[in-house]
Amino acid sequence: MVVIGGLAALVLTSPGWPSVRKTFFSGHYFSLSFSSVLAGFWLDVRMFLIVEACVLVLGLLIALIRTVDLPVLFPVRLLCKVFVDVMRGIPLIILIYLIGFGVPALRLSGLPTDPTVLAGIALGMSYSAYVSEVYRAGIMSVHPSQAAAGLALGLTRAQTLRHVIIPQAVRRVIPPLLNDFIALQKDVSLVAFIGPQEAFQVANVFADQYFNNTPLLAAALLYLCVTIPLVTVFDRMQMRTIRARGSALAFGPR
Amino acid sequence: MTPVVADRRGVEVLVLRGVTKSYGSLEVLRGVDLEVGEHEAVALIGASGSGKSTLLRCIDLLEDIDDGDIFLDGEPITIPGTNPVPIRRRLGLVFQAFNLFPNMNVLDNVTIGAIKGQRMEKSEARAAGLALLERFGLGDRRDDYPDKLSGGQQQRVAIARALLTRPRALLLDEVTSALDPELVGEVLEVIRDLKAEGMTMIIATHEMSFAREVADQVCFLEDGRILERGTPKQIFSSPERAETRRFLARVLRGATVSAPD
Repeated sequence: MVVIGGLAALVLTSPGWPSVRKTFFSGHYFSLSFSSVLAGFWLDVRMFLIVEACVLVLGLLIALIRTVDLPVLFPVRLLCKVFVDVMRGIPLIILIYLIGFGVPALRLSGLPTDPTVLAGIALGMSYSAYVSEVYRAGIMSVHPSQAAAGLALGLTRAQTLRHVIIPQAVRRVIPPLLNDFIALQKDVSLVAFIGPQEAFQVANVFADQYFNNTPLLAAALLYLCVTIPLVTVFDRMQMRTIRARGSALAFGPR
Repeated sequence: MTPVVADRRGVEVLVLRGVTKSYGSLEVLRGVDLEVGEHEAVALIGASGSGKSTLLRCIDLLEDIDDGDIFLDGEPITIPGTNPVPIRRRLGLVFQAFNLFPNMNVLDNVTIGAIKGQRMEKSEARAAGLALLERFGLGDRRDDYPDKLSGGQQQRVAIARALLTRPRALLLDEVTSALDPELVGEVLEVIRDLKAEGMTMIIATHEMSFAREVADQVCFLEDGRILERGTPKQIFSSPERAETRRFLARVLRGATVSAPD
């Protein structure tokens, strides 16, 4: 509390505060821009939901290909490894530019040219790589004796994965998956850089037009309205899985 | 229940011929021959690392053998390229550490092999699974998850799980070694019961008195070979090999020291 009070005092007494107050906290521009920013934010939410659904499936698929040691799959496995390493190595913003501007420049018919779709693809590729690694860690964390028990019961490898390994793996990686959810939810705003009229883009246009940054604050507030409830729900879910697993909490509140 | 006496001249359920297995440069099995007759219980004894567990894993095709042959009901099962899945369905393997599935309750653990592997009707599998659990005194635990059960209960569930698919032979891999001493008895009781019913079994064990009581044939393993085999009486009362005598002297002395009575 003391720290927060101190920081507030520092900000409020700073020499630039009067002008910051005018350009960032203007009630007039807030109400002027809010409905447009909100409409843009709706695009963010839709993109997030669609991309996240694709990422969850694609990430699991990549993780499975990379864990199953069938010799036939070797080329695909290598491809997946390269994909994951490259995707994790490129800054997301550069990837969005490369795909957003590069793919239409090919002028191949059949390829999407809508920047919203292209940006969604870039986000999906990048996050699939991260999420596949999360899944893979989960799959690896299930002890080999579980697979042995499944096989000994006469289940096929696929059945053992489906009924024994994956349910245990997914349960273990729910907390890090939720973390990536939240990161993706915010990173959707990066698609603004190639054009789609989402919240940040709309706010930015307003800000440039009226020399006032309040619309950006409106966009930030909208993000908080979604992320804070998400974080709260996810934290509860995480605590519940921890309790369900019966592990005693050594630290923190009961 | 009338005990079924093993008939050594009867059908051979499992036959091993010159089975070898190495992990890298470590030779774990160096030519194992074994015959297991129908209704027979074979006990594998020997120090940790002598190859007992590996032998059982090889028979259940969880490990590929390097050389030799394994026959199940006269049919070779270790020919390269054979699909191991249908063969594993004809055998049951119970692990030292139970290896129950923590994501399923007790009844689902017991029935999944029959339902998914053998495509048994779900209701039929559940009824059969419940009957087995009742028989092992675990009927009231069917909806519990494995982590709520004691070690002895978990191992009895694991045995029920292996039995539901009606295996031709049951492979027991030191099934009491991970248990607290006071829980060993309830698991041995189940195995005794299965023996009386005529289940064909290979039992890797450190429980010498149990091996003496329940086995028709005892095999002493050392360094991946069966050094000596015979009836329990021969092996425990008048072992021929010095290695067998040394091993028995070591474990039996340990047993008398630790036994409470």
